[in-house]
Amino acid sequence: MSTASMEAALLLAGILFMLGLISVLIRRNIIFMLISVEIMLNAAGLAFIVAGTRWVQPDGQIMFIFILTMAAAEVSVGLALILQIYHQLKTLNSDAANIMKG
Amino acid sequence: MENLLWLIPALPFLGAILLVLFGGRLPRPLLAVVGVGSVGVSALVTILLGLEFLADLPLYYQQEVWQWFSVAGFTPSIAFHVDALSMVFIFVITFVGFLIHLYATAYMADEADFARFFACMNLFVGSMLVLVLADNLLLLYLGWEGVGLCSYLLIGFWYKEPANGYAARKAFIITRVGDTAMAIGLFLLFQLFGTLNIQSILSDAPQVWPVGSEGALLVALLLLGGAVGKSGQLPLQTWLPDAMAGPTPVSALIHAATMVTAGVYLIARMNVVFELAPLAQLLVAVVGAATLLIAGFSALTQYDLKRVLAYSTISQIGYMFLALGVGAWSAGIFHFMIHAFFKALLFLCAGVIILALHHKQDMRHMGGLRKSMPVVFWTFLIGAGSLAALPLITAGFYSKDQILWYALAGENGNVWLYAAGLAGAFITSIYTFRMVFLTFYGPARTHVSHPPGKLITIPLILLAILSLVSGFIELPHNFGHLVLFSDLLQPVLPAIEASASLAANEWLFQVLAAVVSLGGVYVAYLFYIKSPYLLHRLMHNGLAVRLQQFWFAGWGFDALYDNLFVRPYVFLSNLNKRDIIDSFYTGLARMAEGFHVMLSQSQSGVLRSYVMGIVVGAIMILTISLFL
Repeated sequence: MSTASMEAALLLAGILFMLGLISVLIRRNIIFMLISVEIMLNAAGLAFIVAGTRWVQPDGQIMFIFILTMAAAEVSVGLALILQIYHQLKTLNSDAANIMKG
Repeated sequence: MENLLWLIPALPFLGAILLVLFGGRLPRPLLAVVGVGSVGVSALVTILLGLEFLADLPLYYQQEVWQWFSVAGFTPSIAFHVDALSMVFIFVITFVGFLIHLYATAYMADEADFARFFACMNLFVGSMLVLVLADNLLLLYLGWEGVGLCSYLLIGFWYKEPANGYAARKAFIITRVGDTAMAIGLFLLFQLFGTLNIQSILSDAPQVWPVGSEGALLVALLLLGGAVGKSGQLPLQTWLPDAMAGPTPVSALIHAATMVTAGVYLIARMNVVFELAPLAQLLVAVVGAATLLIAGFSALTQYDLKRVLAYSTISQIGYMFLALGVGAWSAGIFHFMIHAFFKALLFLCAGVIILALHHKQDMRHMGGLRKSMPVVFWTFLIGAGSLAALPLITAGFYSKDQILWYALAGENGNVWLYAAGLAGAFITSIYTFRMVFLTFYGPARTHVSHPPGKLITIPLILLAILSLVSGFIELPHNFGHLVLFSDLLQPVLPAIEASASLAANEWLFQVLAAVVSLGGVYVAYLFYIKSPYLLHRLMHNGLAVRLQQFWFAGWGFDALYDNLFVRPYVFLSNLNKRDIIDSFYTGLARMAEGFHVMLSQSQSGVLRSYVMGIVVGAIMILTISLFL
């Protein structure tokens, strides 16, 4: 089983995380923002896996399962909110959802 | 009879309460019956009690109604104490008060606020009765303040006129200055004696203080402060002339017969304290002498009929203070009684004149009323004669002569006080008859609208009779030698002895007083009837005119107090209008509000900027944790 180097794996995780972050910042469509958040979560999960492999400990994989669970919960809540927003505002533009600003 | 003592002050209070509660619903005649009746029954009880008092001649009657309160050993009670001094006062208050009330029913007949007027009048009479009947100083102070309150209510009776409200506030505030001094005096008395009961203070005082001790002096001065404020004496006299803004019966009741004599009562009541402080007693005499001159000169120059009377009241109370100050206690009280009769009479006559001339008070617009209102003329003449102390026939002569005599011949008397009194008598005589001549003689200048009715003339005639005959109960030593009045007051007030060296020549000073009084009448006659060109010549003299203006303005006291107290106060209060101390807290609140506005900008509702915020925050935390 060929093993990728840890640095390369962490670099991949970092790149994934930055991609997700940037797209959260620049996207207006709220579904894309949700997807971008998922990408960031997976990047963080990848980093845990890499770390678990590096020290030969199960903790990294346990953390990944936690993250998956949390992501599932987040998506279900997030999608419900998005549905509501779409019902109320007839758009998916997140900038339109500023009616409660101070 | 003794057990009915409490009725005397209670009846007017009951009348006031009834009038306040049901005043709006009762018909006018019934209102008048309640208003006059309460004081009338009170006067009746007083007269019955007085007859019994004169028959038995006890030292005093005492009745405790209930204990007021009890705090830390201080147990003042609502208790009434009548001795000869209080007897004289309650007789004058209820009887003269009753006549004035009777007169007021006719005088105020067209007034819309009939019930309010009589409620205040009754409350006033009740407070004054509490004042003179109180057996402890706290109850006296209650009456004292009640009188002050009612004077405020009644002076400002026609409150729609801003000037009247101003006069009412002025009276209230200036008398409050004196009241504060008096309150401090009461605190001191309580601290020293542990009680405010008047009789126990009077009996203990000689043991506590030696003659001339500082404690007695301090207390006497503080009490004098209260008396000066209430009685309109120097330097707190400025409120009284302005107090003429009230309806005329009010002027007669408050500013002639009763309220302003509260100070005289206080000093006479606390005579032991004043005897222990000769300096304070001398000050009483000096204040009286100075006031009677100053007010007399001001009265000379006034044109408003009621203002002349107001200044003459100040001046006559000056005589009473002079008498009290030289130790002629009963002479002062005698003058108080006589003064109440003739001054009430003069005020009521003035009221008739003012009403008949369509509320004109300026004497320059009067004249010739002798023919059109004969009853008023004769009664006014009697009152004026009594005020001017015309010899032998008027009561005023006997009372004033006694004061002048003791101001010279009494133990504490001296030539200066006598000279001031004599000069005052001369001026009194001039301004009184100036008033008579301007009002009743000469050509008629205003049409007389309605002649006075029975309800008005009966009090006038009764008071006129009293102004004539009441002097005969106290005749000078050298003729008649009748001393009913001073005998009556003997147990309460210390007697006075005239110095033997002067006593032989007493008749000389009586003739002098008589000549001065008649001379004043002649001067007034000369200037206002016989040769008016003298007056014209005087009015072209620059000095005389300036003097006239100075006196007209009441010796500039109003302007002085305006500059000394009113203006700085108004300036400071304007300065502090925006709450200088409060501005610190206002500033704190403003700052919080500013931050709130600033931070609420960040709540934009744009999701991406929140994310940006989180990212920037995370970067900052990372940077700090990595590099610091």
